[in-house]
Amino acid sequence: MQPKPIALKILDVVSIILLAVSTYLALFFAPTELVMGQVQRVFYFHIGTAWVGLLGFIIAALSGIVYLITKDMRWDRFEVAAVEVSTMFFFLTIVLGSIWARPAWNTWWTWDPRLTTAAVTELIYIAYFMLRQGIDDPEKRARFGAVYTLLGGVSAPITFMVIRLFRTIHPVIIGAATKGQEKMSMTGDMKIAFFFALFAFTVIFIDLIWHRIRLGGLEEKVEQLKLKVSM
Amino acid sequence: MFIETTPDTSSYMIAGFAVTFITMGIYVVSLYLRNRNLKQDIETIESMQNEKPKSKIKRLRL
Repeated sequence: MQPKPIALKILDVVSIILLAVSTYLALFFAPTELVMGQVQRVFYFHIGTAWVGLLGFIIAALSGIVYLITKDMRWDRFEVAAVEVSTMFFFLTIVLGSIWARPAWNTWWTWDPRLTTAAVTELIYIAYFMLRQGIDDPEKRARFGAVYTLLGGVSAPITFMVIRLFRTIHPVIIGAATKGQEKMSMTGDMKIAFFFALFAFTVIFIDLIWHRIRLGGLEEKVEQLKLKVSM
Repeated sequence: MFIETTPDTSSYMIAGFAVTFITMGIYVVSLYLRNRNLKQDIETIESMQNEKPKSKIKRLRL
């Protein structure tokens, strides 16, 4: 196993600093929203985690396509890393949304189109790991995984677009709201905290994916050694 | 009737940030532990591989 690259060590430190600054901006720099109060501050992390969550699912689908074309196992490792990190972040998105919904909508959960598609997306990617666990042959596992992420990747744009296609109580953050939809407006300081959170979570996402890819390399090595010993 | 004052939703905010840091912390720890266990596995398997040829030589001598 190669020693940890210096670039990764630097990225670890940068990620911690960015997370700390983003937390500061969300908690102290951004003004308190008048209608919802302090709970609105979780919105910055809610959007940050949702962004990297959906981005990772798209990246995994693209990695799946590249794997199917090249049959290079490095793309399989990349795909697994993207799915795992994104599943963790998207879980946070759902939980943070639920925490925000309790005081805002007076309920922890409702079967709104956005919430439903988000929950389905999360379940699709939890099932991805169950699928991989059930296949012993590495190549077959990679092939099935690639096809699965390709099909599962469709759920990411659907989750993003659903508030624009159906009648929903979920507020629109990015882009224009259609008639009858709630559009979340932000002050200048709120926008700074918002865009910084997007940037911070993107860097953290890259850092965690890099770590997970290295872990995938170790997993592959152990698998090969076990095969060698058993022969 | 309209709400005139901003509601106190601090407890929800604290819960949100706590969940975020705990979940991310658990994930980072899981990465570390899996990494450590895999390295131990590699060491164990490699030592087993090194022992194998020695035992074969012993058997041949007998």
